[in-house]
Amino acid sequence: MTKINICLMSILILCALGVVTSQHEARKLFATLESEHEMTHQLEVEWGKLQLQQSMQVTHGMIESAAREQLNMGMPAETRMHTVMPTYFVGLTDAEGLFIP
Amino acid sequence: MIYQPATYLNLPAWRSRVLLALILLGLLGLAGRAVYLQGVNRDFLQKEGKSRYSHIVEMGASRGMITDRHGEVLAISTPVASVYADPKLVTASTEQLAKLATLLKMDLPEIEKQVSNPARRFVYLKRRVLPSVAESVAKLNVPGIFLDSEYQRFYPAGEMTAHILGFTNIDDQGQEGIELAWQDTLMGTLGSRRVIKDRKGQIVENIENISAPRQGEDLVLALDSGIQYLAHRELKHAVKANKAAAGSVVVLDAQTGEVLALSNFPTYNPNRRSSFTPEGIRNRAIVASFEPGSTLKPFSVAIALELGVVNSDTLIQTAPGTLKIGRRTIRDVKNKGVLTVAQVIQESSNVGTAKIALSLPPETMWKMFNRSGFGALTGVRFPGEISGVLHPYNKWGVIEQATMSYGHGISVNLLQLARAYTLFTAEGELQPVSLLKRNSSVMGQKVISKETAKAMSEMLEMAVKPGGTAPLAQVKGYRVAGKTGTAHKPVPGGYAKNKYIASFVGYAPASDPRLIIAVMIDEPSAGKYFAGLVAAPVFSKVMAGALRILNVPHDAPANNVVSFPTVTGFEVGG
Repeated sequence: MTKINICLMSILILCALGVVTSQHEARKLFATLESEHEMTHQLEVEWGKLQLQQSMQVTHGMIESAAREQLNMGMPAETRMHTVMPTYFVGLTDAEGLFIP
Repeated sequence: MIYQPATYLNLPAWRSRVLLALILLGLLGLAGRAVYLQGVNRDFLQKEGKSRYSHIVEMGASRGMITDRHGEVLAISTPVASVYADPKLVTASTEQLAKLATLLKMDLPEIEKQVSNPARRFVYLKRRVLPSVAESVAKLNVPGIFLDSEYQRFYPAGEMTAHILGFTNIDDQGQEGIELAWQDTLMGTLGSRRVIKDRKGQIVENIENISAPRQGEDLVLALDSGIQYLAHRELKHAVKANKAAAGSVVVLDAQTGEVLALSNFPTYNPNRRSSFTPEGIRNRAIVASFEPGSTLKPFSVAIALELGVVNSDTLIQTAPGTLKIGRRTIRDVKNKGVLTVAQVIQESSNVGTAKIALSLPPETMWKMFNRSGFGALTGVRFPGEISGVLHPYNKWGVIEQATMSYGHGISVNLLQLARAYTLFTAEGELQPVSLLKRNSSVMGQKVISKETAKAMSEMLEMAVKPGGTAPLAQVKGYRVAGKTGTAHKPVPGGYAKNKYIASFVGYAPASDPRLIIAVMIDEPSAGKYFAGLVAAPVFSKVMAGALRILNVPHDAPANNVVSFPTVTGFEVGG
């Protein structure tokens, strides 16, 4: 009789230890999950900040003034512009015999 | 010594009974207490116990961002640090507080006063400081001084997109513009969940999600930042050059009605509260109305064309350049003699338009204006939108009908006016306008026939050529159509002699319209006031740039604008 009791008792103790261990593991994993969530949130916040930084660096006004003042760019004069109209004739070849679609 | 056991103690009997009774009483007391704790006070005690380890934690939700149609960020929320103190825990020396004061740009006595009361556990020292300042404050490591993070809204495009976007208040609630109109979509909802925390305050286990957070949705506007920048720059330049009181520009997609650009001047910087002024905040293109003047003439004539009352070549006698109706006289700039209907539009004759309009019953004209969207909201859901004034036709006398035909006695806002021109760009169908990007095609309402729209479009093209009122609206390489309007501003008792609103509405390319641009300059005071000189050049520059941005193929040779001749044949609304 006592042998069975001792057996059951030890099984009970083993189960209890098992519960404690798994609960501990679960909590450790949960803590890791929480810190990952927190990191996700931080990264999202940082992405937002970077987007904001980027938009404030490249406003249209700044690009225009940088182009005009630092790079000395401007619209080319009329005489330097040549408009190329699309050709709509099918099956035509040009002087070199190349097919113009 | 003989050990003599006591056989019985010679104590009075009551002593032991009293003792027994006392012990029983004690036990009863304990039992009673146990019953009380377990039975009566059970809920309270359980709750207290639970609150030691189980907490409700808020799950944050950030406000959605607003972008233009290409994804460029126009409004975004980002956490910024706020410096707060827990006076009970502040044990800083005066020099540390002095350093803090210089960092925060506050006075030392003020900070000392804030942290002096140990009964308060939380007091803001400075809200929403720059990240660099926050970093320095953290480095100082003053005990009792902490950083809290709050969300703040930023508008990278600043004053350029200010009127459409609006702004939020300190609690991140939209106050004006799109921030207000789409407040529910943009604002997220906070969620909460129940968790177990351990002794250190760390979250150990998730018990339940009470409510899931809903992140604020991002909004994609129909705006094109490049075109918006162009429109804003040219408008600003024109308002300053003409010493005008104000101005507005609207650029619409001629086929879908999306608002590609909308700009007003004066404007404000939504990133700086201090730049807000009552005139600067108004989105005049939508919340202010004006008498459009001659830009309304195409509609009066179009309905006459549609009903077959006239056609493009019908001759109208406008001599002697005046038309007397009752006590009022309608005047043209000069006597233009006999004009075709096309020339009435090209040279913008008030007399001619009035004569055409008077041949129609008032109800017909009213229906035309009503169906073109005047006198009603455009449906863009912009807060504060004004619907303009279109008087019911049973209140019209002859003079009212006549003056309304050339745009006086009726008031519209610039967005309505721009939208109405979709009649001529979308084959007679009025397109709905939208501030948000459209992902599917929309149905327009048929107002006039395709043929009438085409006929009117040809007349409007003539108005932009030499001989018309707006040769300065021409664009190299594209066929342009449009109409000027130079209207006296109404003042109590009549019209102001020297105050005008110069407007121009046009579209290009005329062969296959892609963009409608409407320009309005309020009170040009630098000498020139004719719309052909004040508003048309703005149209030309913005249209040229916008068509290039959108890569629209040319439909006219590059030398279609021979020169900018001196403009003749102006009209002014009478």
